[in-house]
Amino acid sequence: MIELRDIGMAYGERRVLDGVNLAVGEGELVLVTGRTGSGKSTLLGVLTGLVPRFSGGVLTGDVLLDGSSIVRTPPRERAHHIGYVGQDPAAGFVTDTVEEELAYGMEQLGLPADTMRRRVEETLDLLGIADLRSRDLRRLSGGEQQRVALGSVLTMHPRILVLDEPTSALDPTAAEDVLATLTRLVHDLGVSVVLAEHRLERVVPFADTLVVMSGDGALRTGSPADLLADSPVAPPLVELGRAAGWQPLPLTVRDARRLANGLRDRLGVPPTDAAEPPATGGLEARAVTVTHGSKLAVHDVSLALRPGTVTALMGRNGSGKSTLLWALQGSGRRRGGTVSVDGRDPASLDDEARRTTVGLVPQNAADLLYLETVDQELTASGATPADLARLVPGIDGDTHPRDLSEGQRLALALTVVLAGAPPVLLLDEPTRGLDYAAKHALAVTLRSMAADGRAVLIATHDVEFVAQVADHVVVLAEGEVVSSGPVRRVVAESPAFAPQVTKVLGAPWLRVDEVVARL
Amino acid sequence: MTTTWLPRDLHPVAWWCWAIGLAVVASFTTNPWVLLLVVATCALVVAARRGDQPWARSFRLYAVLAAVIVVVRVLFRVLFGGGDFGTVLVDLPEVPLPHWALGLHLLGPLTRESLLFAVYDGLRLGTIVLCVGAANSLANPKRLLRSMPAALYEVGTALVVAVTVLPQLADSLRRVRSAQRLRGGDTRRVARLRRLLVPVLEDALERSLALAAGMDTRGYGRTAGLTAGRRRLTGALMLVGLCGLCVGTYAVLDRTAPRFLALPMVGVGVVAAFLGLVGAGGRVGRSRYRPDPWLLPEWLVLGSGVAAATLAVVASHEEVLAAYPSLTAWPALSLTHLVAVGLAVVGGLASPAPAEPAVVAA
Repeated sequence: MIELRDIGMAYGERRVLDGVNLAVGEGELVLVTGRTGSGKSTLLGVLTGLVPRFSGGVLTGDVLLDGSSIVRTPPRERAHHIGYVGQDPAAGFVTDTVEEELAYGMEQLGLPADTMRRRVEETLDLLGIADLRSRDLRRLSGGEQQRVALGSVLTMHPRILVLDEPTSALDPTAAEDVLATLTRLVHDLGVSVVLAEHRLERVVPFADTLVVMSGDGALRTGSPADLLADSPVAPPLVELGRAAGWQPLPLTVRDARRLANGLRDRLGVPPTDAAEPPATGGLEARAVTVTHGSKLAVHDVSLALRPGTVTALMGRNGSGKSTLLWALQGSGRRRGGTVSVDGRDPASLDDEARRTTVGLVPQNAADLLYLETVDQELTASGATPADLARLVPGIDGDTHPRDLSEGQRLALALTVVLAGAPPVLLLDEPTRGLDYAAKHALAVTLRSMAADGRAVLIATHDVEFVAQVADHVVVLAEGEVVSSGPVRRVVAESPAFAPQVTKVLGAPWLRVDEVVARL
Repeated sequence: MTTTWLPRDLHPVAWWCWAIGLAVVASFTTNPWVLLLVVATCALVVAARRGDQPWARSFRLYAVLAAVIVVVRVLFRVLFGGGDFGTVLVDLPEVPLPHWALGLHLLGPLTRESLLFAVYDGLRLGTIVLCVGAANSLANPKRLLRSMPAALYEVGTALVVAVTVLPQLADSLRRVRSAQRLRGGDTRRVARLRRLLVPVLEDALERSLALAAGMDTRGYGRTAGLTAGRRRLTGALMLVGLCGLCVGTYAVLDRTAPRFLALPMVGVGVVAAFLGLVGAGGRVGRSRYRPDPWLLPEWLVLGSGVAAATLAVVASHEEVLAAYPSLTAWPALSLTHLVAVGLAVVGGLASPAPAEPAVVAA
């Protein structure tokens, strides 16, 4: 239905796409993946027409829709064929209530009033958001915003949906909801979906076709099972399958479970946790309560971050994770409770002293940076290029921080925060936009920080990352702790937070490397 | 027809016309009774017909602003003196000013008449402000923007976006400020400002690009195929309309200009601009989702505002003493004014009750 023919895309000297051919059929779900910076977003932009109009650069080749060329058609004239939802759906909202947002696209198309009314109602039901119809868009949770953004595109009845990382900012349950909605669209309405995603573990089971960007401008297309056998990016399930030598590779947890029966016996005694770390030092929080106006954001939370351990803070969007981090750091106002780091309350310190007590990397790492080059940032914060090189080697000191990849920028923010040498380090959603390799590098970094005697707390949705890096897990719901303890125990208790390896092999197994070590 | 009187949000244009009508009543009189009646009308109708939305709560702010205006007006009068005639209430010592400030008085005797004049004048300005406040709390300002004619659609969208950007900017500012406190760095004043501004502006730029991309992929700015001739005609009409309005307005204000350039020219300008707007509106192949209906209550509200304003203008010519009462006598209330304000009350209350806010899911 839509076809890319010999597409080339270059920003100056850098060729992002080179001789790309791709055909998307009706009702097909195409998953585009690859390392960060391999051109996933560019490929999506070529389909929607946003590249090169919004990005600059030189585009060659042709884009065909039902056999006629649309490469010169601007995105607005493609709107009724191709719907697009960007990485941050909230940034694309034009109106202020759900209902008006759903109607906006149709108003632009000039559809008659009764058609608009009918489609809005249909779409509200299709996405299960009828109870949100008059809500303020900015007060919706992440999953709800994503579904409204999908709906606002669907009302125009496009034949192709192009989605850029639709689940990356969502908690596991909300992500499942969005993906279930997408499969329903593909099955019931015959809509074709092209989506880019880093976190393959969620999406691979739904994909018909996998497109792997190799990073040199070329891409490989094929069925997910074939391509994943040697793809540079692969979900833990596939890594497990590769390690165990399963043929064909299982793509769903269900398939893998059937293959895993023999494996479990071969593995022998399951791994156990290392000895408990000392129960002193680090950060001690008791009965912390935070309110936003009359709303209780964090209620009666007690936790201890011990030196040498990495703790993960999990919970759905809006469960109070960020609020708790800022309260522990000391600049978020507490309503009640105590926080102490080596006998000092960070809230009573000035900024300078607080930086040397508790370090916090905020959700948007770019908020921390304000200078033109990496070296200037390091100097201003009192760190050295050597500190940065220890985390991520090979960053040119003259690069503008905005030009760094997500992983590199995070490393820079981390270095800037660590310049104060705080014994406690808090990170808010550090895995956003990181590919598997970058996440692995971050996990290694955080483990080495814990080994240096720091106490680390990460707020995250990413269960696979938690399995890789954390010793302890604290699960928040509605601002209260609902579950807390060593990773293996918590994960065994809550299936929603279980990583794929646990889902396949059962409770004590967490990571692929544990399995590999026994084989 | 049954839905006409059921609870619903009245068309915002009707409320604005009604409020402007009341503001006209206020601006054509200094009679404190009339002004206080207008204030009471605004308060009554707002109390009876405002909804639960956030903008509805702004009326109290406007009331405070109006009170401040009256107080400031009176204080200025006391401070800078003025009218030397009439009964002296307090004989404040006049502060001598250098000769270059000739004509300015500081303090000096305070007469009852000058004080009363200040109160009346302040009350008039305060009442006009309160009328605007009433319109603001009765009608969603954003819905008003949505009711713009099709040709002004782009302007309306730009305004809506600007209105939404402000809270986002404040949010971004707060986020960056707390983030910057997490790191060491330059703490001099200029550098501190830079630390705040650079990330906020980068964030705003990124947001606006994302919004532009989002709007573009959703069809914003599509063109319905129009011939070049039609486009040129529309452009010419708009240009003629603009010139006509400029020349006409100038001629109306400048009494020495030839009369045929005055009102006739304004008329030509208005007609040409109207045709141009219609032509430009035809260019946009856009439709409107659930537009606010314009039914009998809208006509009643609008009509009562217009009628009140007309009566007040008539009264200011025919019953000068009632409209601008003497400062030395107790002001009297004329029947015309009473009828004008009464019409506004009846019209305002003739509107249907505001829609119940939809049940908000937790």
